[in-house]
Amino acid sequence: MSAARVGVVTFPGTLDDQDAARAVRHAGGEAVPLWHADADLKGVDAVFLPGGFSYGDYLRCGAISRFAPLMEELIPAARAGLPVLGTCNGFQILCEAHLLPGALMRNAGLHYICRDQGIRVESTATPWTADFAEGQEIVLPIKHGEGRYVADEATLAALEAGGQVVFRYAGGNPNGSLNDIAGIRNEAGNVVGLMPHPEHAVEDLTGAPSTDGRAFFTSILKKLVNA
Amino acid sequence: MSPDVSLDTVKRAADTPDERQPYAELGMKLDEYDRVREILGRRPTSSELAIYSVMWSEHCSYKSSKVHLRQFGTKAPESEALLVGMGENAGVVDIGDGWAATFKIESHNHPSYVEPHQGAATGVGGIVRDIMSMGARPIAVMDALRFGGADQADTRRVLPGVVEGISHYGNCLGLPNIGGEVVFDPCYIGNPLVNALCVGLLRKDQIKLATAPGPGNKVVLFGALTGPDGIGGASVLASATFEDESQAKRPSVQVGDPFMEKLLIECCLELYQADVVVGIQDLGAAGVSCATTELAAKGTGGMDVQLDLVPLRDPSLRPEEILMSESQERMMAVVAPDDIDAFMAICAKWDIPATVIGEVTDSGRLVMTWHGETIVDIPPGTAADEGPVYERPFTEPAGQAALNADSPAELPRPEDLRAALLQLLGSPNLASKEWVTSQYDRYVRGNTVLAQPADAGMLRISEAMPGAEETTRGIALATDGNGRYARLDPYAGAQLALAEAYRNVAVTGATPLAVTNCLNFGSPEDPEVMWQFAEAVRGLADACKILGVPVTGGNVSFYNQTGTAAIHPTPVVGVLGVIDDVAGRVRSGFTGEGDRVALLGETREELGGSEWAHVAHGHLGGLPPVADLEAERALARVLTEAASRGLLTGSHDLSDGGLAIALAEACLAQGVGCAVSLPGGDAFTDLFSESAARALVTVAPESFDAFAELCAAHEVPCYGLGTTGGASLTVEGVLEIPVAELREVHTGTLPAVFG
Repeated sequence: MSAARVGVVTFPGTLDDQDAARAVRHAGGEAVPLWHADADLKGVDAVFLPGGFSYGDYLRCGAISRFAPLMEELIPAARAGLPVLGTCNGFQILCEAHLLPGALMRNAGLHYICRDQGIRVESTATPWTADFAEGQEIVLPIKHGEGRYVADEATLAALEAGGQVVFRYAGGNPNGSLNDIAGIRNEAGNVVGLMPHPEHAVEDLTGAPSTDGRAFFTSILKKLVNA
Repeated sequence: MSPDVSLDTVKRAADTPDERQPYAELGMKLDEYDRVREILGRRPTSSELAIYSVMWSEHCSYKSSKVHLRQFGTKAPESEALLVGMGENAGVVDIGDGWAATFKIESHNHPSYVEPHQGAATGVGGIVRDIMSMGARPIAVMDALRFGGADQADTRRVLPGVVEGISHYGNCLGLPNIGGEVVFDPCYIGNPLVNALCVGLLRKDQIKLATAPGPGNKVVLFGALTGPDGIGGASVLASATFEDESQAKRPSVQVGDPFMEKLLIECCLELYQADVVVGIQDLGAAGVSCATTELAAKGTGGMDVQLDLVPLRDPSLRPEEILMSESQERMMAVVAPDDIDAFMAICAKWDIPATVIGEVTDSGRLVMTWHGETIVDIPPGTAADEGPVYERPFTEPAGQAALNADSPAELPRPEDLRAALLQLLGSPNLASKEWVTSQYDRYVRGNTVLAQPADAGMLRISEAMPGAEETTRGIALATDGNGRYARLDPYAGAQLALAEAYRNVAVTGATPLAVTNCLNFGSPEDPEVMWQFAEAVRGLADACKILGVPVTGGNVSFYNQTGTAAIHPTPVVGVLGVIDDVAGRVRSGFTGEGDRVALLGETREELGGSEWAHVAHGHLGGLPPVADLEAERALARVLTEAASRGLLTGSHDLSDGGLAIALAEACLAQGVGCAVSLPGGDAFTDLFSESAARALVTVAPESFDAFAELCAAHEVPCYGLGTTGGASLTVEGVLEIPVAELREVHTGTLPAVFG
């Protein structure tokens, strides 16, 4: 049986694509490079939108990427159920594309922050988090200047009521996100966005002092194999 | 179209030999101007004057430092690793298995004072392009920073801006920031030092050089458009002492666009992969002037350039301004005519503007035209390589003997060593730098094995580039420098800077291979500053020879002074090392309970220039620690061999603050305490002396005998101090401090100052 194929998107200014592809490979999947200018998903089984500063974060983080030719294909595919994970700038793009509600604003402290952050897993009902336990506390790196999650009251209430908050910061909120939100999912659960970086926490030797990011990749690969 | 009457053509220059020219305003001395007239046999055109003024500036020509820097070549140790030495954009060393590393450190001091954010950001951008132009993928950066006192008002303007500039630019480029230094001293209040280092990786048979051979080959300018930023930066900013009108120089600081640079990196790597580049040069100081003259001088010798083809961001720019513009994120390549289409297609893929602006010739002349009129016609080597060389006078500073006689031996010793340790640990130079380093991405690209606050940064190369999967190797990098030591004795101070960086690489288990340096000094026109410079270069060259690590390149920054007050002479030294298997890397500090703690090396009473004298007494006098380079070498052998045999569970270099601070930092690394006894003698000296050639290591009990034997074989003194474990730093009979208290003191200082 051939390995499950996970697309990794590169926009101009994407930075963590190499890390994301490596994490997919380490988990036993095939990482398929997807280029922003090609309106072609190459038949992948899932898509990873990595972090970076796509288009230099000009205008607003993710605001320009959202109009890339690839996104014209990705948006309807995600609406139709294709599993999509966006981390950091990828999360920002998903919000700009209205695949996820709310927005990410300048950190409350106004500084870019790179640190190993405690995160609580709030929902395992997504194809990206099934290998976690609900309530599990994990450590993942965060590295962003604009990660303060905001949404209007009704949206927040709906996210909470619908179990769509997937991750919350634990042991201190680094950026002022409402309700300590670190990551959310869409109603269907196939689209997940989070500010932390699972792809930097998959190896003992490099990256964060944790391998808690592995479960994202094992979760999706199991899901795809069993599909 | 009416003729451009203000255009100063070669013909007009010949016809108006007596026209007064603003050479002095451009930073040129009269004798230098006269030499240009002699070379050309006429007065230069205004465009030619622009070229010579920037190319012959101190910053570009090294005219005051050249005669001293030659020692890095004449005294260079034999090194099989050295592939490209000084004189190129960056040095290249062989790191094994067909791979090479290129690295260099460069200053951006003056711009960072005038406009901290953009000054520091473009410092990162410039050094990254140097590394790209060698044919390498940049894989990491680090920064050696010096600021005025943490309590001085202007430091609160400069430091946050510099850190934000480095953070924004480096993070957007996707390069991990893996180390560096942050040092405070009032001597830097008007002259902060921003020294940026970049390291890159390439196949050793794919080195690119800045050369334009092959008549008929095309000259392509690619990257950002040319604007009015940084005009005259090289001559006006970098080569003149600050007086009070620094605000008026603001337009001379360049503005960076890291997004463009990221695209430029990926574009260049694809161009190299496609093998469509004959020669390449980045545009840094002196912009188009520097790139055209240097490429032509190192190639077949001639080049024709249509300057009006340079794509502009501001269409009103005059040719002189285009020549001097230091707009960022630009590169110049020499491309065979048959490869031009492929070259342009790759640039288009990355949305990089690229324009053919000229052609290589064998005329021996660099000829530039502006809408058909000839405005430059010079032998390129006269601008690039044959600038003035000064044998500036130097003399020992008047107060040097008195300074050296003012020994710290008489300073009152502290009654309470616990309080003394905590005072040092919380002082700005030794306090946690997390406020700074947490603003840098240290994880991107996924190959960071060690990063700050580790003694050295370390990168895995096996996954850094396609095709590197087969190697287990890694590289380690550290930068160090101590201006107080160099003030007391610039010869020894430069050697101690090298020794510390060398040691910091060795404690991780890597073998030091090669050196880059950034020499930050006051005005070379002051004979006392020139003495400091001459002594520092002599010391560094001698030390490199003994330690067997060649200088591969670097940078000199003069005129770091405001009025008559120069900074401490501050040679900053970067050392690159290689480790055969990154999995064998040794982490900083105590990594587990029950390990034996040992102190390696000899401790003498050496407190001149020490952190203790500085913090407790505001004292600077006496002599710095002895630089015992044979002892450094032996220590490094023990550390690297012990690492490769898996004998070490942790290790940490001893430097500022001595054993006291090394123990505290080792406890803080993983939150593991220790119980140790001092080797005997005076507890204060044991704890706070800054004798060099020392390290603190931990060894599993079952390995200790083998480790002690290894030390004995290399004649490195090894004192068993005690055992790791518990929640406190305990020095028997002297002090006990809970690790939590250490942490509170260590982490509180910078946030309290900078918010």
